[in-house]
Amino acid sequence: MAELDELYQSVILDHNRAPRNFRKLEDATNHAEGRNPLCGDQFEIWLKVEGDVISDVAFLGQGCAISKASASMMTQAIKGKTVAEARALFEQFHNVVTGVAQEKLPSKLEVFRGVAAFPIRVKCATLSWHAMKSALEHTVKE
Amino acid sequence: MATITTRWRGVGSAWDVARVRADFPILARQVRGRPLVYLDSAATAQKPGAVIDAISRYYTTGNANVHRGVHALSQEATTEYERVRALAARFLNAASPGEIVFTAGTTAALNLVAQSHGGSVLRPGDEILVSEMEHHSNLVPWQLVADRTGAVVRAIPVTESGALDLAEFERLLGPRNKIVAVTHASNVIGAINPINAMAAMAHDVGAVVVVDGAQSAPHLRVDVQAIDCDFFACSGHKLYGPTGIGLLYGKPALLEAMPPWQGGGGMIREVRMERSSFAPPPERFEAGTPPIAEVVGLGAALEYVMAWDWEALVAYEQGLVAEAAQRVRAVPGLRMLGEGADRVSVLSFALEGIHPHDAGTVLDTLGIAVRAGHHCAQPLMRRFGVPATLRASFAAYTTLEEVEALVAGLHQVRKVLA
Repeated sequence: MAELDELYQSVILDHNRAPRNFRKLEDATNHAEGRNPLCGDQFEIWLKVEGDVISDVAFLGQGCAISKASASMMTQAIKGKTVAEARALFEQFHNVVTGVAQEKLPSKLEVFRGVAAFPIRVKCATLSWHAMKSALEHTVKE
Repeated sequence: MATITTRWRGVGSAWDVARVRADFPILARQVRGRPLVYLDSAATAQKPGAVIDAISRYYTTGNANVHRGVHALSQEATTEYERVRALAARFLNAASPGEIVFTAGTTAALNLVAQSHGGSVLRPGDEILVSEMEHHSNLVPWQLVADRTGAVVRAIPVTESGALDLAEFERLLGPRNKIVAVTHASNVIGAINPINAMAAMAHDVGAVVVVDGAQSAPHLRVDVQAIDCDFFACSGHKLYGPTGIGLLYGKPALLEAMPPWQGGGGMIREVRMERSSFAPPPERFEAGTPPIAEVVGLGAALEYVMAWDWEALVAYEQGLVAEAAQRVRAVPGLRMLGEGADRVSVLSFALEGIHPHDAGTVLDTLGIAVRAGHHCAQPLMRRFGVPATLRASFAAYTTLEEVEALVAGLHQVRKVLA
């Protein structure tokens, strides 16, 4: 059915099978974990923030296709962005997948618009984004 | 298989699933443009019209508080409330209605036993034995009381086939063991545990036996006297009754020795400013206005299921789950968890390379309701090395056609997510 095809687009399935930036970042400055206790999904996010710029980002963990693809594409979307831009993108992404706003997302992230038709899966799509936002507030202790 | 007795009256020799389905209004509804295929009865069963009507009738014509008033409505409500207690005693084959405490559900019943009985008898170093297949509600309450008393929680391991390791159980039993709390049937893999034998072994070392019957009561003839357990807990909503009501069976001597769990109205004998004395069981454990409408609804559910021919029901469900297991297992890349010999109507499985939540979403678009997740049994998930599973669970109204829809749906899942 149409809603299903919208949710499981080939790009999402591709990122699920072969997640990008799927590793630990050894020289990370920031780190956080995202966990959904209801379903057991769990991701760790590492950021390398230099000055005001997120120069590198990586993640590890397990979850459904939506959550894993979302984490993978999130890392691509924020790499090279400033901290302020990453925070703004979080708001934009959150608004679109929860269906509260129709604003345009950066082209690649558009594939997640279909999540809004499946309210129970919104948490899957936003898990890594919440973890990224949390990581911005948690620097790695020496 | 549990022994079948003829305690309850039954009609007919074979299970007439079409007739039973007609009693459940919700089964006529459509989901996403398709007929509902409800395979999540282990989470909560659907309700027959008799239960829905009884609750509506109670609020329409009989609503009043119990044990409080001298007026006619209150007396009627009290009579009905106590009638359902007697019915519940008969359902579980308890020796008397006084052995039945109304609780909010299985979870509340197990917390009551853990805190009231456990909290008063456990000493530092004592052991509470649970199993690796427990629902969190028969594990976390024991961890909480262990933290408070200095007792230790230990677990009976689960074998690869999904059975409890009974040799290890025997080895773990000892004089330090004060409580053995195990599930009668797993909510994840459906495995039926040899609870009668385990209760006898536990009693040999002087332990009190607590049985989580949430998943067994809807599928097996439960006889608490035959099991010889000390406590037995089950939920109304899995028994075709309302949510918010459950049963705790307890042996009279144990209930009598237990301190109150919650304080309030209805559980006292006399209250003075300095101190109070308490009512005998079961009222001692029913503080506050109870869920009266839910008790009335449970009464209707119990009457409904006790009129069934349980021999035919058990034979039907056992046949259906065995057939379903065989067909589901044939789906490529599918791994069934815990292929134990006997099970209630529950199957858990994983599809290679496909997360259960994605599979669950695809099945949902086909109108098929299954559960995807860890099923509140994370230690068992860890045991089998999976983060989550898909679970299909059946009930008295489930048909082979619905099982076929599930199997077709699983093929569709592989197509969409491959």
